[in-house]
Amino acid sequence: MQTEYISAFDVVLGVLWRFWPVWVALILVMGASFSYRRKLGLYGQLFDSGVGIAGVFICLFWLFTAIFASTISPFDPLAQVSVMKDTLPGAIEPASKLVYYFGGDKLARDVFSRMVYGSQIVLIIAPAATGFALMVGITLGLPAGYYGGKIDTLLSFLANLVLAFPVILLFYLLVTPGIMDTPIPYAMAGLFFLFPIIFFCVLFWTRYKNRPDRLYILLGITLVVGGWIYAGLVFDKDPLKIVHIDPNQLNIFVAVVFASSPGVFRIVRGLTMDIKTRDYVAAAQTRGESPWYIMLWEILPNARGPLIVDACLRIGYTTILLGTLGYFGLGLAPESPDWGTAIKDASRLLRSFIHPALPPTIALMSFVLGLNLLADSLREQSMKD
Amino acid sequence: MFSFIARRIGTILLTMLCLTLVVFFLVNLEPNLKKLAISQTEMHTPADQLESWLVNHGYRQNFFLRYGQWLGVLPKHPITDPATGKTTQRFSFCNDPTEPQFSGVLQGDFGCSTKFKTTVAAKLFPALGATGLLMFWVLAVMVPISLLIGILAGMREGSRTDRVLSVASIASTATPEYVSGVIFTVIFASWLGWLNGSAASASQGITFYNFTLPVITLAIYGIGYIARMTRASMVEVMTQQYIRTARLKGLSFSSVVIKHALRNALIAPFTVIMLQFPWLLTGVVIVEVMFRYQGFGYTLVEAAGNNDIDLLLGCSLVSVFIVLITQLISDVGYAFLNPRIRVQ
Repeated sequence: MQTEYISAFDVVLGVLWRFWPVWVALILVMGASFSYRRKLGLYGQLFDSGVGIAGVFICLFWLFTAIFASTISPFDPLAQVSVMKDTLPGAIEPASKLVYYFGGDKLARDVFSRMVYGSQIVLIIAPAATGFALMVGITLGLPAGYYGGKIDTLLSFLANLVLAFPVILLFYLLVTPGIMDTPIPYAMAGLFFLFPIIFFCVLFWTRYKNRPDRLYILLGITLVVGGWIYAGLVFDKDPLKIVHIDPNQLNIFVAVVFASSPGVFRIVRGLTMDIKTRDYVAAAQTRGESPWYIMLWEILPNARGPLIVDACLRIGYTTILLGTLGYFGLGLAPESPDWGTAIKDASRLLRSFIHPALPPTIALMSFVLGLNLLADSLREQSMKD
Repeated sequence: MFSFIARRIGTILLTMLCLTLVVFFLVNLEPNLKKLAISQTEMHTPADQLESWLVNHGYRQNFFLRYGQWLGVLPKHPITDPATGKTTQRFSFCNDPTEPQFSGVLQGDFGCSTKFKTTVAAKLFPALGATGLLMFWVLAVMVPISLLIGILAGMREGSRTDRVLSVASIASTATPEYVSGVIFTVIFASWLGWLNGSAASASQGITFYNFTLPVITLAIYGIGYIARMTRASMVEVMTQQYIRTARLKGLSFSSVVIKHALRNALIAPFTVIMLQFPWLLTGVVIVEVMFRYQGFGYTLVEAAGNNDIDLLLGCSLVSVFIVLITQLISDVGYAFLNPRIRVQ
């Protein structure tokens, strides 16, 4: 049977039309942010430069794409419609009369829907892993920079140890199907996921030590919420069955956190060593504040500028790492719609078909570009202050 | 200076020892050993024979004993048949000793590759040579282009050239190798047909036709980063007093840039280029797999995919060594180039 096609112009229009929830959300959010940009602090200042607007636009675009993925994509990303195998962009699926906007891949899946669903995987794992890496890096970097001495030597040695590993070798060793049979990923997850709980407990403890009424509430909330997520992520024993992570994804998650936390550690350590010589730290020391109070409530807030910039860049870098994992077929399921896996599948067949390769590559590139533009503009704005 | 370098080399050796121990631990996990045994024996071998293969080839000895043997501080033993007492080589294809002797990394014996059925040295060093060639061309393309972009952009901060070049370098840092590789292949190989999408034939001899795509793919990711660092350094230098003095003296802008600014602005990029090597190593793996070039990265992927213990250890040793030694060179070189820095 002959497959019917729509014209290139209709493909462009159709794709733009499929993204309608994203456009609506973008107009609302960007419009609101732009009109109230004077009251929004650092975020509002982003709207002063073209680069900043472009960065916010691209990042929000992918964020909303991930949120509305099920509305945008016409097909199930895993569904195979055998007549659509290797069809070119714009082919009409005979049964539903819906269009394969970017064509079909070698397993007859809709490339467009896979790209849209791929954003979900990236936008969940990359920021979350970066968040955990930040927690680990901050919790270890602050004391290393503040105390110096033996603890600094030890922690820096460990960080350099991890950094000396080429990332790809680390992934080949840590993200294998075999390693899931051993307790290593779970032990590492157990260790890494402990850091946010420790961080928030110490944060509240140092601040509200003398005000038990608030302290106990905040500590209670931290321990209950943290413990709940911890049980769900590490032991997969969430009593409410809401927090759940696939063992494969846990493995990737842990490996990515492990690979990127030494970088955060280094930055936090450097910033701490710089800031601890300031007068307000000396003032706090004279007041008799505890070291952890100084680290968390004096030094950390003053290091936030470079840390926010670094976090933006790091989410982009984590996206690239996830793509690398997908490209080498490590960790993620082979049929997973994430961009790295899609690039791997498509790049093997570049000689015959190029259309399945382009959407995931451009998606990944544009998302990382958006984050980099955002980071660049944030850096510029924070330097003005 | 001497004691600084000696101390750093001590740290490097300690780091390498720790890292190889970690790698040794990870490749010797039970599932990995099973995988090795399955790939080394015939199809559908029963479990007890897999186990006896592992025992026979010494994989069931104590962990630290085997690490010591690999390192060369403990003697390697051949396989001894318990019934007859006759000794045979562990792996016949790479001249393993028939009597106990010290033969580890310290003695220059990197062991035996189970995947390629040869010694690790025979596989690893030609691959390193091939990658060295690739690296040479990458650096030859990357360094001049990125320095030029950085200097042009940083010369006049905020100008139109600066904005265009800065956005271009941000875009290039947002393009990992597997993305730019696909895009370049689509444009230059599939569409225009100018270049070859595979570098498999480059092992016989490199030509413009088969080697350009891997080189530019690898270079493009680094160009943006180095260019931005050069730009930042150039911008800083251009605001210095001595530049203003030179300008007020009546020197032309181009001669101020070339004679006064350039030398001082190039100190920081030197460090950055040296510290790019860990990234380049990851990039090499992606590019070599993508373009089927038989170098270090390709070997590493093959070794990791087949859990080839000795080869993988050799690969990690080499890559960790490269990373650490480039760090040392960058620190020492920085102290040499910048007279304000003193190493103690």
